[in-house]
Amino acid sequence: MTNTWQDIKNANVVIVMGGNAAEAHPCGFKWVIEAKIENGAKLVVVDPRFTRTASVADYYAPIRPGTDIAFLSGVIRYLLEKDAIQHEYVRAYTNASLIVKDGFAFEDGLFSGYNEETHSYDKSSWDYQLDEQGFAISDDTWQNPRCVINLLKQHVARYTPEMVSRICGTPQDKFLHICGLIASTAAPDKAMTSLFALGWTQHSVGAQNIRTMAMVQLLLGNIGVAGGGMNALRGHSNIQGLTDIGLLSNQMPGYLNLPTDKETSFDEYMKTKLFKPLRPGQTSYWQNYRKFVVSLQKALYGDAATQENNWAYDWLPKLDVPLYDIIRAFEMMNNGQMTGYICQGFNPLQAFPDRGKIRRGLSKLKFLVTMDPLDTETSRFWQDFGPQNPAKSAEIQTEVFQLPTTCFAEENGSLVNSARWLQWHWKAAEGPGQAMSDIWIMSGIFHRMRELYRKEGGAFPDPLLNLTWKYTDPVSPDPEELAKEMNGRALADLTDPATGAVATKAGTLLDGFAQLRDDGTTASGCWIFSGCFTEKGNQMARRDATDPREQGIAPNWAWAWPANRRILYNRASADPDGKPWNPAKPVISWNGSRWVGIDVPDYGPTVKPSDGVGPFIMNAEGMGRLFARDLMAEGPFPEHYEPLESPVENVLHPKVKSNPAARVFADDRAAFGSPKNFPYVATTYRLTEHFHYWTKHALINAILQPEEFIEIGEVLAKEKGIEQGGWVKVSSKRGEVVCKAYVTKRIKPLTVDGRPTHVIGVPIHWGFTGQARKGYGANTLTPSVGDANTQTPEFKAFLVNVEKTKAPAA
Amino acid sequence: MALTRREFIKFTGLGLAASSLGMLGFGASGEAQAAAVRPFKLAHATETRNTCTYCSVACGILIYSMGDRAKNALSNIIHIEGDPDHPVNRGTLCPKGSALLDIVHAPTRLKAPRYREPGGTEFKEVSWDFALDRIARLMKDDRDKHFIATNAAGTTVNRWTSTGMLAASAASSETAYLTWKVTRSLGMVVFDNQARV
Repeated sequence: MTNTWQDIKNANVVIVMGGNAAEAHPCGFKWVIEAKIENGAKLVVVDPRFTRTASVADYYAPIRPGTDIAFLSGVIRYLLEKDAIQHEYVRAYTNASLIVKDGFAFEDGLFSGYNEETHSYDKSSWDYQLDEQGFAISDDTWQNPRCVINLLKQHVARYTPEMVSRICGTPQDKFLHICGLIASTAAPDKAMTSLFALGWTQHSVGAQNIRTMAMVQLLLGNIGVAGGGMNALRGHSNIQGLTDIGLLSNQMPGYLNLPTDKETSFDEYMKTKLFKPLRPGQTSYWQNYRKFVVSLQKALYGDAATQENNWAYDWLPKLDVPLYDIIRAFEMMNNGQMTGYICQGFNPLQAFPDRGKIRRGLSKLKFLVTMDPLDTETSRFWQDFGPQNPAKSAEIQTEVFQLPTTCFAEENGSLVNSARWLQWHWKAAEGPGQAMSDIWIMSGIFHRMRELYRKEGGAFPDPLLNLTWKYTDPVSPDPEELAKEMNGRALADLTDPATGAVATKAGTLLDGFAQLRDDGTTASGCWIFSGCFTEKGNQMARRDATDPREQGIAPNWAWAWPANRRILYNRASADPDGKPWNPAKPVISWNGSRWVGIDVPDYGPTVKPSDGVGPFIMNAEGMGRLFARDLMAEGPFPEHYEPLESPVENVLHPKVKSNPAARVFADDRAAFGSPKNFPYVATTYRLTEHFHYWTKHALINAILQPEEFIEIGEVLAKEKGIEQGGWVKVSSKRGEVVCKAYVTKRIKPLTVDGRPTHVIGVPIHWGFTGQARKGYGANTLTPSVGDANTQTPEFKAFLVNVEKTKAPAA
Repeated sequence: MALTRREFIKFTGLGLAASSLGMLGFGASGEAQAAAVRPFKLAHATETRNTCTYCSVACGILIYSMGDRAKNALSNIIHIEGDPDHPVNRGTLCPKGSALLDIVHAPTRLKAPRYREPGGTEFKEVSWDFALDRIARLMKDDRDKHFIATNAAGTTVNRWTSTGMLAASAASSETAYLTWKVTRSLGMVVFDNQARV
């Protein structure tokens, strides 16, 4: 989230698209109700189903799964055509005026530079025209046809209301009504907030779904302001934290990139990370990249990371492919390229697409380790549970270790919520039986391996042998010690460059990332967390709920990254002169000598408005990007591509139906179904009574929603002779699920390109362990393909067939 | 009189037992009944601030456990409710969070390390030392066999692709950081979390 949960109350329009907050984030959703009651906000919901969020909406429109970009591109077209944009904001704070290179083009569904063989782009033309000093050329009059704003206008021209309706199945009048509500927030003192979750991410075009709405928000001047922003509601309690700390194949803590094979030395690695400003005088904060990397290496390797060995650069593993994501991992397992797999609090047999492929992959491992508080399906993949998990145990040679861990109530530590708050929590009891913490288990594996390498030698043990481990109890490091290590400390006396006086003594905890150096005198395990645990104590444990002007900031409750900022890009809440766009709800403003307000400025605290420094300080041009340069896999502008399994052609460009930059493995492509055999669109989702595959282990939740079912509209149910509560067989090219049908008024057929299209709803929560009844799991049906940028699986739009069937034998 | 929440519960509970029914004129039978009214369990519980384990709204919760945290006394969690002082949830919990007690005490909570041998049809309980020794052995053997120190072009790449790790998304950031350190020091690249599902 760019903003906070409570800040939603400041919105004038709340749009929920790509999520269902009332059911999936109920206690956060009440701030939407607060906005409606206290601020007169209009709630708009666009969703394939009439969800509980939709049931309290001021306006609801249905949409076919996987067509959000078409809808939102139509919104952009409407805003530009009606001139319903916040002009001063767009001119000053976005790249609308910058001129794009001549070579950049878009034709028949493809951007310039496409390589059909590799399914990827040469992105060299996706950039600005630069002047001789290397600055992007700008035309503030927008007369130049190569201005971003003009190219955007041209790009979205095809998304007329007729076209939107033809692709999305949304009636034109409903689409236009929503456009009008969205456009009302172009006024400088009005704001719209966008709330979204997996409904947008789990598509082959997931990242572009979100990007399109971010562009809408930039055009309306809704980023950085109270009641605005792009608010990813996120999923698990610490998924934000795990992402922040870089537990992803290509990441290091604090959104630093793991090196690739091409970056043969630290200098080569840094060459692509200089972040030279693209406009005069811009902050381009990533210019400090080297400080963050060197400080991380000092945290990891201490005295063994030196200037002479390039801060142990060679000890970091290098990537030969963009991502070793989970879809690739299971492809490798199926190809016999993997020996072992460790699942820490993660249940991939339930959570990842094409369950049959997951089960076959696990069966080919030599060993599998699960660490979990609960008895997961993954840990029992080798055991026969009937049709819900058919397995021939004797033929499966995988050694399996099921390790019991403690849970949230049995540990100290911090979790990062969707609003980027690091909240410390405290242990209330011991775990059951012999359950141990993940920290203890990972330490145990580490010590044993290090001991084996000391004794026996073996493949390149240097990083393992030199890893810092200065914990009071090396067997079970204290979470506070780990938090301090992430925060960082001075390794030598740090002097003030102006006065030469010692500003920070060696050994003290740092106050923030501004103190980090690239000469080895500072260490910080996660630069964006720097400031969370200082000499003043554990900032994450703060519990002062004071909220200046009751505006939803609560700056002294816990601690937010970066630098305790609660609203990202908050410089953009004020006009170029530093006056708040919305005087009733200011965030920060310029008082003549510095920036003041209720939040920590996301900006130099004394940088004068007249200096013309842009509010998007992480971007080299200082501006929000309507044109993404080379940062996205499938193009600098969003484009509608059909899901990999779709019932219709792409009416915009029949030759390029689906995401041209999608990575699809051959066996996965062979497992895609066609609309001839699988005529219905299916989408997966969560119920308010369940959380993923955990709550079926909790008795109350297992009673509330005891068994697997699908939702099917009345029209299709009648057509297929399916009764309320009757048994159905749902099948895709990859597998079948036998369960009950809930016949509902909440899903109605849509008219897509002139033909009726039915949508089937598939809740995800059942498996074969826990206290609920056994289920096959929605991932039996889903296709193994991910978003082209992130490899998030396409769980939200795929094809199935559904038939009436008999109740299974008891 | 300034009372904390716990003191208030204690105060009213004891007050009820000591006097109120008797004062209301129920006589001897009333006194006997009053004496039988148990003080509220929560009055003796230890209150611990925590965060709901499910979604990333991260509702504040209060966990009540029996036991005073003495070295030789095991705590037992008896009640969990929303933290009324939390600025986001302000004491509320959803159908998932309201049932947190049931996940803490789920009958399928794991209590001992278990091992399944190749071709086996059952798990058997093993010691932590057996499990961790064996895991370290398997990991080292695989790493030594498949570690890629240099690629075809001779570049130092120091990666290990044949054993992978999925990291927990409800684990603390401190767990996450330690996990990152260990896996990357081994050169592991098949490494992911639940951000996408």
